[in-house]
Amino acid sequence: MTKSMLGKIGGIYAALICALTLHPAWALASEAGASNPVPPAGDTAWWVWPLVLLVVTFFMGIVAVLGGVGGGVLYVPIISGFFPFHLDFVRGTGLLVALSGALAAGPGLLKMNMASLRLAIPVALIASTMAIVGAMVGLALPTNVVQILLGATILGIVVIMFTAKKSAIPEVKQADPLSSALRICGIYHEASSGEDINWCVHRTPMGLATFIIIGFMAGMFGLGAGWANVPVLNLMMGAPLKISVATSKFLLSITDTSAAWIYLNKGCVIPMMVVPSLIGIMLGSFVGVRILKVAKPTFIRWMVIAILAFAGVKALTKGLGIDLF
Amino acid sequence: MTSKATEEQLLYAKILEKGMLVGLVLLFVTFGLYVFGIMPAAVPLDEIAGYWSQPVHEYLVAINTNFLHWDHLPTGWSWIKLIGKGDFINFIPIAILSGVTIMCYLAIVPGLFKRGDKAYAIMALAEAAILTLAASGLLSVGH
Repeated sequence: MTKSMLGKIGGIYAALICALTLHPAWALASEAGASNPVPPAGDTAWWVWPLVLLVVTFFMGIVAVLGGVGGGVLYVPIISGFFPFHLDFVRGTGLLVALSGALAAGPGLLKMNMASLRLAIPVALIASTMAIVGAMVGLALPTNVVQILLGATILGIVVIMFTAKKSAIPEVKQADPLSSALRICGIYHEASSGEDINWCVHRTPMGLATFIIIGFMAGMFGLGAGWANVPVLNLMMGAPLKISVATSKFLLSITDTSAAWIYLNKGCVIPMMVVPSLIGIMLGSFVGVRILKVAKPTFIRWMVIAILAFAGVKALTKGLGIDLF
Repeated sequence: MTSKATEEQLLYAKILEKGMLVGLVLLFVTFGLYVFGIMPAAVPLDEIAGYWSQPVHEYLVAINTNFLHWDHLPTGWSWIKLIGKGDFINFIPIAILSGVTIMCYLAIVPGLFKRGDKAYAIMALAEAAILTLAASGLLSVGH
């Protein structure tokens, strides 16, 4: 079911990309459609926007932890939709936000052997290469086109979050020849049951091929890609859920690095945006972890889906030049 | 096979952790130097908000015209020439955070070759090469 759903979403997305990039009407559409609703400077003191950014990303960090999503996927659509920053800088900052979170979590996950380097290396090679391509394409396309595609992608993520199931320890009857040759397997200690769980993966060629699209989208939109990594590693390739989540988080440190360099070299990084965003997300994440103990995860997850749907519609309408809200 | 992480995985984690800590601490320090006006910024603090709503190319042209007066736009690694400025010194920790993964990959290659794990050693080298290419600035394109 997941395979067919991912296939359908991939097909719709590819068709949308073709339609948008090939149709001259879109390319000629005014950049004004994607311009920002708030006057850039006006009489506002210089420190107001970074402060607002700090506060908003603080709450974003809390919601991201409680909703089980990465910061990048919330950051880019919300900040590009409702703040005066141009999408180019929001994407560059979004990648650095996702990258910092992954760098902070990566060492611990690797040491605990929850993130698997053997699983990550081949996947990262494909995803990071495609993230570079995605970043280059994203920076070459008109802003309104990227904004429309971003809106469509966010709404696609909403559908994935709405429908995708998770499998704690998927049944992998036999490892495929490629994963056997690469020895992509391992043992992890499941603390809740006290057991050592042997795991291996299957459908490796299909999984690796899917990371071509995931990497491209991560680079193009600066989203991070945990929302796509986890379902593919867990449901398609059959890695246990904890291994999938941890490896996905670690993977972002590689995928986002490659795209981040493209944005950095292009000049899409403004420290006055990056640092408050990083601090806000990090502090929010610390608080979120504490709230997680008492929060109702189902409600929070629905809230995240609603926020993403709202931000996705906003990005779509902004790209189309429709002032809906 | 055990539930313990491999030697390469632990080495990778160790370098990643150190790079991440150095990068984050430096980021806070350099941002403090910038935001509290200890180091003067190339683009004054009270003027930056007038530029961040523009597409990146227009932003670069505007700050170059108004403040830098270079004969080329400040893209790629040209920020190094501006590390004496409060805003651009922040690019040092950002580059560390973005570059530590390359170090991690290069560090695990000898161990992988030593253990006869040629496929992973080659993939690690390829990844380091790809990230280095991205970092080099040779792939810069734009609107």
